[in-house]
Amino acid sequence: MVKRIKPFLWRYGPLLTTITIFILTYFIGSRMYPAMQKPQVFFNLFINNGSLLLVSIGMTLVILTGGIDLSVGGVLALTTAASAALLRDGASPAIVLPLMIVMGIGFGGLLGIIIQYLKVQPFIATLMGLFFARGMAYIISLTSVTITDSVYKKLALTPIYIPFFQKTYIYLPTLVAPIMLLVAIYLLFFTRFGRTIYAIGNNEQSALLMGLSVSRTKIGVYAFSGLCSALAGIVFSMSLLAGYGQFATGMELDAIASVVMGGTSLSGGVGNVIGTLFGVLINGTIVSILQFNGTLSSWWTRIGVGVLTLIAIGIQSLFHIRKNHS
Amino acid sequence: MKNISVLLKRFRESRLFWPVIAWVLILVFDAIVEPGFFELGIIDDPVYGKHLYGNLIDVFRNGAPLMLVAIGMTLVIATGGVDLSVGAVIAISAAMGAVLINPALGNELITNDILTKNATNTPLPLIILAGLAAGTLCGLWNGLLVSRARIQPMVATLILMVAGRGIAQLITNGQIMTIYYTPYFWFGNGYILGLPVSVYIVALVFVVAWVLVRRTSIGLFIESVGINSKSSFYSGINEKNVKLIAYAFCGFCAAIAGLILSSYVHSADGNNNGLNYELDAILAVVMGGTLMSGGRFSLLASVIGALVLWTFTVTIYTLGVPANALLAAKAVLVMLVIFLYSDYSRKWINRIFERKGSQHGEAN
Repeated sequence: MVKRIKPFLWRYGPLLTTITIFILTYFIGSRMYPAMQKPQVFFNLFINNGSLLLVSIGMTLVILTGGIDLSVGGVLALTTAASAALLRDGASPAIVLPLMIVMGIGFGGLLGIIIQYLKVQPFIATLMGLFFARGMAYIISLTSVTITDSVYKKLALTPIYIPFFQKTYIYLPTLVAPIMLLVAIYLLFFTRFGRTIYAIGNNEQSALLMGLSVSRTKIGVYAFSGLCSALAGIVFSMSLLAGYGQFATGMELDAIASVVMGGTSLSGGVGNVIGTLFGVLINGTIVSILQFNGTLSSWWTRIGVGVLTLIAIGIQSLFHIRKNHS
Repeated sequence: MKNISVLLKRFRESRLFWPVIAWVLILVFDAIVEPGFFELGIIDDPVYGKHLYGNLIDVFRNGAPLMLVAIGMTLVIATGGVDLSVGAVIAISAAMGAVLINPALGNELITNDILTKNATNTPLPLIILAGLAAGTLCGLWNGLLVSRARIQPMVATLILMVAGRGIAQLITNGQIMTIYYTPYFWFGNGYILGLPVSVYIVALVFVVAWVLVRRTSIGLFIESVGINSKSSFYSGINEKNVKLIAYAFCGFCAAIAGLILSSYVHSADGNNNGLNYELDAILAVVMGGTLMSGGRFSLLASVIGALVLWTFTVTIYTLGVPANALLAAKAVLVMLVIFLYSDYSRKWINRIFERKGSQHGEAN
């Protein structure tokens, strides 16, 4: 029995660490503020962090190939600004929503092509994407554009009551992130695409020599991240019913922090999206603890996230060292 | 004639070629579109005396912090790492300076008339030392995480990047602190012999860094660690300390930049001091031809890279483009850089030059 448990622990150690940290944080929070024990507070984590979760899912796939995508926050802001402007000018949501999704996929795919065929470092290429997308959002509108479209409002404010819990609900757009999480899990663990992602992350050269479609997969991964960012933009614009180029500044780094906290190695090939989910939840828990406290200032969020990232990484690097020794 | 072509070839193959070409291109663009760009005048300032003014001076004065950060970042990137925390370190050192100046330190109620008194709580040298020490400490922390704890550089510095702005706000108690102490403004606004003080600071730091890396063996160590950290370790280089020095120096440079920036804008704001400097600095270094994977580097090329970025920024402003649209313009610049630096275009340009060269040889 012990023989079986030990490898399991070593294999899933980083993931279990993240989950433990999340449970501990939430537990401490709910001991300090009993109101946090309400199930609604837990579901609020998903309502408030839907777009961060979406962005982080895309980021996880990119980081698994050994790349990085800094453009996510920019694409998110561009999506909100573009959709708000289109809706203001009288376009129908039935056109706007698919258009935004196509734009996100196209933007990500283009970055992937630049990275793959021009041999540009992902950091630089996606940095350009960030500047470009945010700049475009500002060119569309220098001020915040409110969304008054009735379909958008209806979609945004439809509550879905959770069975078995009383008076507990989420909104319709909240569902997008969990669905994409399932899609990402399916892609990563049950398709050739996912296998190739891990192979590229571990060693791109040997993946290429094995005859895997490296370039197609890499472009696909960036396109997927673009799709996630566009969806995040839609969710974001629905929750605020506005579009603005300044939305979600620095979200790319929050997403990277969440991914890293979730046990994904930045050098690629190690990690999974389930860890990312808990990374995002930890981030959200810290924010809601601070909100419950009310007297602590917002900068403690940043320090708290930093310290927890440090702890998570410290424990994970112990696992990696141990793995390398054995 | 042959000498010139040899010199030309050497220049074309040197690291300085691309950034200088980019800079010249932007300046030529300015000369055509905005002929007034190069105008220099002498103004008699009541506070700082006679000095030069004009767009070019602005480029150097406003670009000084970025140049400083780029110098530090070059060394870090050359070791194969990256420092994402420079923006936060700028905010920390700025906050440090502002808090020490603030005459109402502690829990005293800060009223306007205490603040507007042209007074300081601590002597100026101590303020500078404290700011620099804070920055260097941040750099050391990054260096320890990277070299001793073996955390990937991007993650290790990400921690301070996220937490650093929080720490800066903690220092200033969440307020945007306005500074009312005239001697402190000298760093960002003063002039020596008609040129901005910050230019001299950049020159000084550059010379110190250059002597450090080119006249001692540290530069070679940094390059060898960047090319292959493991083999440098086996050949007897203390790669841990080399990395530590690089990060500490980067923190030091960012701290100077923070002092200059806060003295320039007369305030310290934990959220906005040095915003996006990490990305701009990395961009400047990459424009200078240093690879993100580490190895060979050139300090001068990075400084010129920073100069290119700021000349571009000032150009965009003189054209009357709104500040917010600057990002889109910057994206176009990065796109150009990407295309110019990609293997295809390099080969293509080399081929053009070589064909010309061979024809030249035949003619001789």
